Parts: sequence; structure tokens; C-alpha cells
Amino acid sequence: MSTDSALLAVLLTIVTASTPLLLAALGELVTERAGVLNLGVEGMMVMGAVAGFAVALTTGSPYLGIVASALAGAALAVPFGFLTLNLVANQVATGLALTLLGLGLSGLIGESFVGQPGVRLAKIHIPGLSDLPFVGPLLFGQDVLVYLALALAVFVSWGVFRTRAGLVLRAVGDNHASAHALGYSVIRVRWLAVLFGGALSGLGGGYLSLAYTPQWIENMTAGRGWIALALVVFSSWLPGRLVIGAYLFGAVTILGFFVQGLGVGVPSQLLSSLPYLVTIAALVAISRKRGGGGDAPACLGRSFVPDR
Amino acid sequence: MRFELEKRSERSLVMAWASPVIAVVATMITGGLIFAILGKPPLTALWVFFVEPFSSLWSLQELVVKATPLILIGVGLSVAYRANVWNIGAEGQLTAGALAGSMVPILFNSWQSPLTLVAMLVLGILGGMIWALVPALLKVKTGANEILVSLMMVYVAQLLLDWLVRGPWRDPHGYNFPKSVSFEDWQTMPTIGDGRLNIGIVIAVVVAIALAVLMRRTIKGYEVRVMGEAPRAGRFAGFSADRMVIFVFLLSGGLAGLAGVIEVASTVGQLQPNISPGYGFTAIIVAFLGRLDPIGVVVAALMLAVSYLGGEAAQIALGLSDKAARVFQGVLLFWVLACDTLILYRPRLVFGTTPEAAR
Repeated sequence: MSTDSALLAVLLTIVTASTPLLLAALGELVTERAGVLNLGVEGMMVMGAVAGFAVALTTGSPYLGIVASALAGAALAVPFGFLTLNLVANQVATGLALTLLGLGLSGLIGESFVGQPGVRLAKIHIPGLSDLPFVGPLLFGQDVLVYLALALAVFVSWGVFRTRAGLVLRAVGDNHASAHALGYSVIRVRWLAVLFGGALSGLGGGYLSLAYTPQWIENMTAGRGWIALALVVFSSWLPGRLVIGAYLFGAVTILGFFVQGLGVGVPSQLLSSLPYLVTIAALVAISRKRGGGGDAPACLGRSFVPDR
Repeated sequence: MRFELEKRSERSLVMAWASPVIAVVATMITGGLIFAILGKPPLTALWVFFVEPFSSLWSLQELVVKATPLILIGVGLSVAYRANVWNIGAEGQLTAGALAGSMVPILFNSWQSPLTLVAMLVLGILGGMIWALVPALLKVKTGANEILVSLMMVYVAQLLLDWLVRGPWRDPHGYNFPKSVSFEDWQTMPTIGDGRLNIGIVIAVVVAIALAVLMRRTIKGYEVRVMGEAPRAGRFAGFSADRMVIFVFLLSGGLAGLAGVIEVASTVGQLQPNISPGYGFTAIIVAFLGRLDPIGVVVAALMLAVSYLGGEAAQIALGLSDKAARVFQGVLLFWVLACDTLILYRPRLVFGTTPEAAR
């Protein structure tokens, strides 16, 4: 294998490793911008993964699988929304409940799918462009979700900072009492943000079972939902930085595997623990710089009860 | 029509007692529905799940054995959550405790003394504490989010365990299975009676009582509650938020570590890649179901132990997946949190115009 094609292979894997993180983290970013901390990302991702796999397998269409994964993520976000928004339950505890429920439920649903070959989401092919050496497969030959994730990042960035709806979203997240006094429905805005976050987490999970490794393995998200949560903190709640963070993160994990492939005498477990250690390091680095979460939406994690 | 919460003028004492009961009943109804969807007879399944664990002496013992780690971890977490400090990495601290405690039988296999087991337990506590100190110190020194760091440390601990039992700590005469040597008699918890019941439960109950006293009768317990409910007031009173984070992490981590070493020194009997069916995570549910109160946690731990046993029984009797127990546990936590709202609020359905329309 020439150096060029080896480098290309590494870069392509980095893209596929980063995309699920980017999708889930983008959704959580919007949720948190509305002032809601949903720690259930891992659970919603894994439900998206099993739903996407199951629907793609039974219908034969990976695209229906994608739709199903987003719906499954949003559906799991519904009980979270009802508890934290309507019943003002503690967001941290409810998010944990969501993760535990998602992991259990997906295991139960997916039991009959273990070991079955899945349907792989095809990479797009644009005649001419995709055939260009090196840049072709990298820029013009990915699957649709890679482009969708990047387009969504642009959309979220524009939506949050350049539109009226984004202003309302940030107002609700930064000062829910004032937003309420101005006549905005805090609960409704938060509901929409929670559902959006759920759908994108589901998509991120669906990417795992449809594109990253097209099969169903129990707990196949392996902590990616938690890493996505850390990425949101790392990005300072800015979509642009989130893209950079997700790709950097994907790069670090893949380089670990690449080093392993070179046959360096490092235990595989050490390399597998790299993503988690890098996450801790990233959290420490960003928190030091900021002196402890200065950029977070001011009402993050706080319940809102309208007073009449 | 819309849904509204009306704040009660004071905390409802009736609901404080009734809400866990309502939550359990609601979980059973939800469970019955899930069974029906899975094509199992709901009532039979519920019977197998929730009643059969109480039907024989063997299963009652097993219940207590499974409740032991849940009590130890749950009481520690209940104190941490009271202080509004979110240690969700108890599973990792359990693993670290098991690793540290196992150093004695694996590295000093021939040391036979009444102190062997004591040393293992102490090392287990220390192992859990060290693992918990990472998120605690990073939180205090840099402000890094303790939820995420403690959770990440779970994966690191499990991979470390995996490496050790496949590598340096593997039993050389174990036919290449990823297992350590089996622990000898003097390296395992003394049993009570001739079953699997061991003195771990005694330790767990003593710890629970001690923490109940700590929370109700001491300044430290008061400090924990103040820092959790009104951190600003706590600072004016001269309490240190940083010291509180370190304290509750050391406490909950140490207890999780103790639970870990007790597990490997009793039911498991050696180190292997899987030493816990997620006790560290289930204990989070236990802490909430027990109303973040050490005595409540003991009751809640027994209930969650039923779900583990019922899951096993349903697997055998009905061919139901062992995943069903995890679903039950998740649903239970949801209902517990939903019902807790009833303590402070009165839910109402309001008919008529919404405030937006009225404005």
C-alpha cells in the first residue's frame, strides 16, 4: 500500500468515526442552548442504532433506517421531556434514567439481530468528481450522513446565531424567567429543543449501525454518547468549534487504532481507553482555560415552573 | 386542555412516603404491558419476576447477596447526591476496588493470616477512593465536569481490568482463560450458614446505619445537606464546596471499592473481565428509590435485587431475555422521579384558554 492510499484510508476512517459524534453532539448543543441538560444521549444513540439497523434490515433500505433511527431517538426523548419539563424532575437523574432505559430496551429489541449482517449505507458517487485521485473519495465520495452532519452544523450555527428563533432559544437557555416574561413559552421551546436533540442523537446512533459497522452489537455506542456530551462542553456551545472538536476527536481515536495496526507493542486495552482519556484531558484543558464553565447557558440544568 | 403544576404550600409528608410505592406499582403495570407486547402472559410473568424471588430460602439468600453491593454503593451515592455532587462512575470505582483488593491473593498468594482479608478490604476501599479522587480533584482544581469524568473513568477501569486478567494477572495454569487464580478460603468472605450468604451484608447494614447517623445526627450531615440545597448559605456558614466534593467522592468511591472487593472475594471468587452486572449503575436507581436516605437505600436495594433475581427466574421459566431486568430498572427510575414531583407539587389538568391565548 502506497503512502498516499494509506493516508487516504486513515482520513476516510477518521470521517466515519467523527460523524456519529458530531451528529449527537449537535443535537445536544441545541438542547443545552435551551437550558436543558440531557444526559440520556447514550441511551438515545443506542436506540437509534438498533432502530436504524432493524428497519434497514427488514425493509432493505438504509435510508428508511436513517429515518427510523432519528424517530427512535426523538421518541426516547419524549419521556425525558415530560419528566424534566412538565414534571420539573431533576435533569441529571432523568437523563441517567434515559441512558439506562435506552441501553436495556435496545438490548431487548436487538436480541434477535445479534450476529446478522446489516445493510450498509452506500457511499455516494458523483461521476468525475468522486474519481479524482485522493480528494475524490475524501470530499465527494462519502455517504449522505457525513454531508448531512456538516450541513446540519452550518444550519444550527446559522439558526442559533442568525435567526429570531435562535435568539428565542438562547434567551430561554440564558434567562428563562425573562423569556417567559416577554411572552415566550419556555416549556414549548425546550420541548422542541429536546426532541431535536433526541432525533440527532438517534441519527448518530443510526450512523454506527448503518455505516460505521453495519451490524448490531449490544451497547455498541460504547460511551460515544458521553463523549458527545463532553464535546459540547469542549466546543463552548459553538457549532463551529464542535465540528473541529468532533473531527479532532475522531482523528485521535483512529490514530490509536492505526498505531495498533503498525504492531507497536502497546496493549490494545490502552489504545481502546484512549478516547476516554482524551475526553478527560479535553475537559480539563477547556475548563482550566475558562475557569469552570463560564460559557454555559446560564439556565443549563435548571427547571422552570411558570408562576401565574 | 393543558397540564399544570401547582406548588404545594409545604412538602407533602404523605406523598414523601407514598411516592416510592406509587412508582413501584406503576413500574409493575408498565412491566405487565411490556410483557404483553413481548407475547408473554403478563400476570404469570409479573409473578415470576416479583414474587418467586421470595418463595424459597435459596432465593432469599441470593436476594441478600445481590443487595449487598447495591446497599454499599447506594448509601455512598445517596450522600453524594444530597450534596448535589454527581458521582455516576461508581461502576468504575467498584472495578478499581476489586482490582486493588485482588492484589493480595494474586501477588501475595501464600500470605495466610487473619489479616489477609482485612488487608484486601482496606485495599479495596483505597482503590475505589483513588479512582474517585480523579474526578473529584479535577473538578476542584480545574472545574472539569465530574459527571463526565467519573463516567469516563468507568471505561478506563474496565479496560484496565481486562488487560490485567488477560495479561500479567492471568492464572498461568488457567488454560489461557482470561481469569486470575481462584481465591483461597482465607482470601474470601466468611459465609453465614452453608449457602452463598456472607458477612458482606453485615458490613453493608452497619455502613448504612453509620451513614444514617452521620446524615441525621452530625454537623457533617448537616453540612452535606446545606451544600446541596443552598450552597450560597453554606459558604456564608464557612463550609467549603471544594472540600465537600472531595469528601463525598472519597466516601462514595471508597464504598463502591469495598463493594467491588467483597464481590470478587465472595460470589465471583477470582478476577475475570466481568465482575459486576452493572451494580454501580443500578445503585444510582437504588439511591433515588431510597429517597437519598441511607435507610431507605437498604429497602430500595432489596427491591432492585428482586429485579435481578426475577430477571434470572423469568429467563428460565418464560424464556424472557435477561435484558428485561435492565428495562425494568430504567422504567422504575423514571417512575420514581416522576412521582417525586408529587411531593412538592400538585399536578392539575386545566381546561380552557392557555396563558398565551389570554394575553
